[in-house]
Amino acid sequence: MNRDTFEPVIIGFTCNWCSYRAADLAGTARVKYPPNVRLIRLMCSGRLDPTFVLKAIAGGADGVLITGCHPGECHYLEQNYKALRRYHLLKRTLAQMGIRPERVKLVWASAAEGVKLAEEITTFIEEVRALGPLDWPGMTGESIAVAPGFLAAEEVGV
Amino acid sequence: MSTNGKPKFAMYWAASCGGCEIAVLNIHEKILDVDANFEVVFWPVAMDAKYKDVRAMPDKSILLTLFNGGMRNAENEEMAHLLRRKSQILVAFGSCACEGCIPGLANLSGKQQLFDTVYDTSSTLNPQATRPQLEVTVPEGTIHIPYFNPVLKTLAQVVDVDYFMPGCPPESHQIGAVIDLVIQVLQGNAQLPPKGATIGAGGSTVCDECNRTRDVKTIKKFTRIQDLVTIDPELCLLEQGIPCNGPATRSGCGALCPHAGAQCIGCYGPAEGVLDYGARLMTAFASVIDSQDPVEINSILDGLVDPAGQFYRFNLASSLLRASRSAWQSK
Repeated sequence: MNRDTFEPVIIGFTCNWCSYRAADLAGTARVKYPPNVRLIRLMCSGRLDPTFVLKAIAGGADGVLITGCHPGECHYLEQNYKALRRYHLLKRTLAQMGIRPERVKLVWASAAEGVKLAEEITTFIEEVRALGPLDWPGMTGESIAVAPGFLAAEEVGV
Repeated sequence: MSTNGKPKFAMYWAASCGGCEIAVLNIHEKILDVDANFEVVFWPVAMDAKYKDVRAMPDKSILLTLFNGGMRNAENEEMAHLLRRKSQILVAFGSCACEGCIPGLANLSGKQQLFDTVYDTSSTLNPQATRPQLEVTVPEGTIHIPYFNPVLKTLAQVVDVDYFMPGCPPESHQIGAVIDLVIQVLQGNAQLPPKGATIGAGGSTVCDECNRTRDVKTIKKFTRIQDLVTIDPELCLLEQGIPCNGPATRSGCGALCPHAGAQCIGCYGPAEGVLDYGARLMTAFASVIDSQDPVEINSILDGLVDPAGQFYRFNLASSLLRASRSAWQSK
């Protein structure tokens, strides 16, 4: 993909009780943020299985935004802390897979913080734009088909 | 090729260690049932046979093929296609064929790194820095070696697979049970499971088969098992801070390792309904960490020295990401 025309694809997971309503508030208040983010509503950031993030990346996302209630404000008591721990563990694993951990971001946003969420989304999109396209080839498998007869020696530089 | 009217059986190894064949031989006297009910037509580890013999067989002439090993190179893939064509029932046998297993861990590295490690580290005696060539001309003619896939694939990523039998290797009693089942089917006393099913294993998790008690639920520290002086013989290993993969791993082994005081490393692969094995483990591990402070969480996570190796030890090639970026970008 051409870097000049690159538009990052961001999947954003929002919590029903806070960040989803913050996004809603941003909409009703006509606060603008770029359309690169596709928001998906979960009941809680604690519902965020790392599988969702991996599937988003494998399916072509360039970045994943995880949002939830501020610490201490979870509708389900402490599930956002679980999200926090998963997030840190996931970032370590992604780094080993050669994916910049900055491509996944965790943001706390209450239902009143429409402007803050819009700003965070805008900032994150620009951060991912700076990182460039990820273009994960895994899902199809076709894009990695190798030409038969390709010399092993060429790769290893003998 | 002789024919004695018995259904034909084949077993093949691709990128694997040979442990699966040992496991098959380890079914003790049941191996006599195999001999009584099947004609073994192709099994490189046990008998002499050439690829051309397999090519000469009519399509679908082999009733049952147990295929173990991952798709490391072009030869592996060619044999997968060939045996798929010749077999009525193709079983991905063992962790390597099902999910890549230990050879699949090479997917963490690019091809260049792999070749450097194999041919150019201080433990390798290779004074002329010889590297394999796909094609070499010698006085007798030109010889070829198979192309090395930068990303190791599982059997099902290359051909259509009828059944999956996990385990590294599959437990002998499970192999015996599957062979019994096939014989029962041959005699008309039983039906084959639906295509695509996982056979010779349970549907639940290793934790379900484990007798250790779970009560603490939270931990402040991950510890490598070799760093512990004593291990509580009754308590759940994960709750002792030992990274045990039981919560996401398919049952079927009888929780052998946890019962012996060693953590489950996940050789039976993902439990039923788990899309990404490592992600399920991340969820499980994150749930037991007793901290709400990012700094402390990170210092606890420092105890997991190799998260990708921990979470994808057997499963990397069939995980959602399948390989690291450097492996994908290799040619």
